[in-house]
Amino acid sequence: MSDLEMAATTELGTHAADTPPAGATPPPKTRSLAADAWYDLRRNWIFWVAAALVVLVILMAVVPGLFSGADPTACNTRRQFAGPSGGAILGYDFQGCDVFSRTVHGARASVLVGLFAVLLTGVIGLVFGMLAGYFGGWLDALLSRVVDVVLGIPLLLAAIVLSKRLAADRQGSGIATVVIVLGILGWTTAARVMRSSVLTARSQDYVAAARMLGAGPLRIMWRHILPNALAPFIVVLTITLGTFIATEATLSFLNIGLRPPAISWGIDIATAGKHVREAAMPLIAPSLFLTLTVLAFIMLGDAIRDAFDPKLRR
Amino acid sequence: MTYQYPSHGQGQGYGQGSGQGQSYGHGYPDSPTAPVVAGWNDDRTGWDTPTAAWSTPPTRARVERPRSGEHLLDVRDLWIEFATRDGVARVVNGVSFHVDPGETLAILGESGSGKSVTAQAVLGILDTPPAVVRSGQALFSGEDLLTMTPERRRQVRGQEIAMVFQDALSALNPVYPVGWQITEALRSRRGVSKAEARRRAVEMMDLVQIPAAAQRIDDYPHQFSGGMRQRVMIAMALAMRPKVLIADEPTTALDVTVQAQIMDLLATLRAELEMALILITHDLGVVADVADRITVMYAGRVVEHADVHTLYGAPAHPYTRGLLASVPRLERRGQGLHSISGTPPNPVAIPAGCAFHPRCPYAQQMCRMTEPTLLRIGRLDRASACHFPPEALDARHA
Amino acid sequence: MARYIIRRLLQMVVTFIGTTFVVYALMFANQNDPLQALAGDRPVSDNVRQVLTEQYHLNEPFLVQYGYYMQGLLTGDLGRTLTGRPIGDVMSDAWPNTIKLALLALFFATLFGITAGLVAGLRRGSIFDNTTLALTLVVVGLPIIVLAPIAQLVFGVKLGWFPTTAGARPSLYGLILPALVLGAASTATMMRLTRASVAENVRADYVRTARAKGLSARRVVAVHVLRNSLIPVITLIGVDLGTLMAGAIVTEGVFNIPGVGSKLLLGIQTEDGPLVVGFVSVLVIVFLVTNLLVDLLYAVLDPRIRYE
Repeated sequence: MSDLEMAATTELGTHAADTPPAGATPPPKTRSLAADAWYDLRRNWIFWVAAALVVLVILMAVVPGLFSGADPTACNTRRQFAGPSGGAILGYDFQGCDVFSRTVHGARASVLVGLFAVLLTGVIGLVFGMLAGYFGGWLDALLSRVVDVVLGIPLLLAAIVLSKRLAADRQGSGIATVVIVLGILGWTTAARVMRSSVLTARSQDYVAAARMLGAGPLRIMWRHILPNALAPFIVVLTITLGTFIATEATLSFLNIGLRPPAISWGIDIATAGKHVREAAMPLIAPSLFLTLTVLAFIMLGDAIRDAFDPKLRR
Repeated sequence: MTYQYPSHGQGQGYGQGSGQGQSYGHGYPDSPTAPVVAGWNDDRTGWDTPTAAWSTPPTRARVERPRSGEHLLDVRDLWIEFATRDGVARVVNGVSFHVDPGETLAILGESGSGKSVTAQAVLGILDTPPAVVRSGQALFSGEDLLTMTPERRRQVRGQEIAMVFQDALSALNPVYPVGWQITEALRSRRGVSKAEARRRAVEMMDLVQIPAAAQRIDDYPHQFSGGMRQRVMIAMALAMRPKVLIADEPTTALDVTVQAQIMDLLATLRAELEMALILITHDLGVVADVADRITVMYAGRVVEHADVHTLYGAPAHPYTRGLLASVPRLERRGQGLHSISGTPPNPVAIPAGCAFHPRCPYAQQMCRMTEPTLLRIGRLDRASACHFPPEALDARHA
Repeated sequence: MARYIIRRLLQMVVTFIGTTFVVYALMFANQNDPLQALAGDRPVSDNVRQVLTEQYHLNEPFLVQYGYYMQGLLTGDLGRTLTGRPIGDVMSDAWPNTIKLALLALFFATLFGITAGLVAGLRRGSIFDNTTLALTLVVVGLPIIVLAPIAQLVFGVKLGWFPTTAGARPSLYGLILPALVLGAASTATMMRLTRASVAENVRADYVRTARAKGLSARRVVAVHVLRNSLIPVITLIGVDLGTLMAGAIVTEGVFNIPGVGSKLLLGIQTEDGPLVVGFVSVLVIVFLVTNLLVDLLYAVLDPRIRYE
């Protein structure tokens, strides 16, 4: 949550061009902000590493068979903690399942939960942020209070209560439950960022000009404000995606997220953690993949944010 | 406009030493074109110069360097560059000026002309990198500020030379009370006690005419009006009783009525405390009543310097003339305002020859090729960096 | 200042009512069989059913139920767990360990985070800056469910530097590794925020003024740069407390520290609904109060807030 806060409060939302220091000069060619950002992004190796990792994880989620042919649910307790053999290059875990295969197949649940939860967050955040920022007044005050209340409950604590409640009708893998929990609780930062961007864009002359020409609120929001407010919003959503994947794993780790037969890195880490003295690989493999996935999205968001931040430009 | 030679007064400073004919503003060390003075020791031919217009060539002597120790603060041939993403920005190119106790020097120029950078370099608060001081001297009581040890430099800074900045709201620390900030240097550098510091803070605030000083000493900067904040800045700069006060656009952020009050205050304090005052500004109107001498900068070069009456009455450089013409005047009502066309040059790509030539109504072929030298005019402490003498410009104008 | 405090207190009352209502509603509102949800998978005997109905006033209208719940929270009466222990007792046993752990974690986070952030911010672009920045990025991306077991594996099991579990009465030494794990994410965010803040303030006009006064470099950094840079970092401590609580649940579970987090984890795993609701409610209150204190501290540090 905290790095989301940072994204929202410290560096975003101020896209007005910085006044150059005394003696500095404007670049000879003037490019658009987006083109300038892309120019910076292409030269940033972190961006390429993060992008490659994201592509890899998504590929694992879509076609796990490409990486491991073994069935992750074909477990045999006689192979408990057995070393690497044949296709199982990382050996077997407590229940005698192929560690590598389970790790590869774990990507799907993470990516599914992350993507859908972020979509939900994005829609809620976009609507609330836009309305609050554009219309202001009592609507803004009300939505700000709602944001305060939701932020007043630490994400994980609320998720614990909420997922317990939603899991009352326990069936299926729990993916839908986790998506709803994260979506309902995680939209506040996105809404705040959207609101502040809208506030900035709203006071611009071109928006006033559009209004004078008789454009309706919907048209102004869609055609004039949204394109300018999009960059920081996407950055926040990218970073949120990373933290959502981490939160899903944590909920599953705590036994209130996904449930078997769903394969989740969180569940596997919890099981392996209890038997870490017997074998380390069942712990290390899902840990590494979870970390890399979370990291990839956070780095991607970070790199885009830096590219769009004129203050960091030298 | 008729040009008159002022016939009074003895020139001081420039031109007193004779002998070594070293000129100001010689070419940049790497510059391919050596500076040539048109019509002077020049054997090249083919100039399109109206040389005939030189009515009194013998009086134009090369400006000499003063001997060391002559002035309180003497900046000589200062060159400063910035490394930027788009190349090397040559921000200060061979600037020289000097100031003596009890005297007010105004440094005039558009934004980006290098005046603030010059002041910051003198004070030693320029960020290096990206800035690089290539060469030059800044003699304070004969001691070069640019080569002294950092520790000695810090001794001078604030204690001997102090500075007032443009935007007092951002130049004051928002989280400390003003009284605390005024006396911070006294407490940390001179070991003044807390009680004594409070007394001194009130004293300083009285000095800069802040009403009810004793009650406002614990207030924070944001609780003051713009003019009062600027007074706080001045009080803070004066707390150590410096010998030189540099005021960098001290009134730019203020209302016109408040501007005049602050200028008056600076003039009064300069006289009372017998300081040397350097006023950096882009506004000719602001300095007219206060300054003794004016140095005009353009693209990091000194293009003209003169005492205030001469400069206003008979500006020599086309740039100065343009600046003066763009000041609204009552007696020229209805004639429309003059403005200098074009924009100041990009310091990464300063035009060859005279940096002002793209905007100069008098520019000739020579101006595009050769950089003019700062040459003394008459016997006074007065010089201009133009290929054409004032009379020639007048003739063209007529 | 007094007006500011009153305004913030009033705001907090509103938020407090809102959050507790949300927590309560999440658990009990519009549910077919809230008792079964509280009890989880285990069968509910008539006896237990009666006790729970009484405890949560479930046969009253919803708003009245919430009123009783609030009354209990304010008077410290949190009801009983499914096993019959008063939840208040369970909590008071667990608090000391959690507070020790949290304070130690916060201490490490502030110490390392602010020091590293200051150095990196002053020397932007240096090797130290780039290394720590890359390192913090990794730590921010490292979920605590990964960090805790891996740290236990490496420093506890393999290297043997620290005890692998803290035990029933944890010593300060036994808490060091868990505290480092718990504080890692906060350290990283604190470092990044300090760095950004310092890097921005170093270029601020008032720092230039401070240098122009001829103050020593040390004084310029400590009195002007650092002091002003800490203002946003202080707010982070409030926000981070939420992360810290979530982390404590995992960390205490992994290192077997008998604190609030591990009791909550146990409650989740044994499906003890009353305990979970009670603990979460109290933690939310702690979170709110801490954030209020941080806001007040913020106003002390930044006079511009006070006089708005």
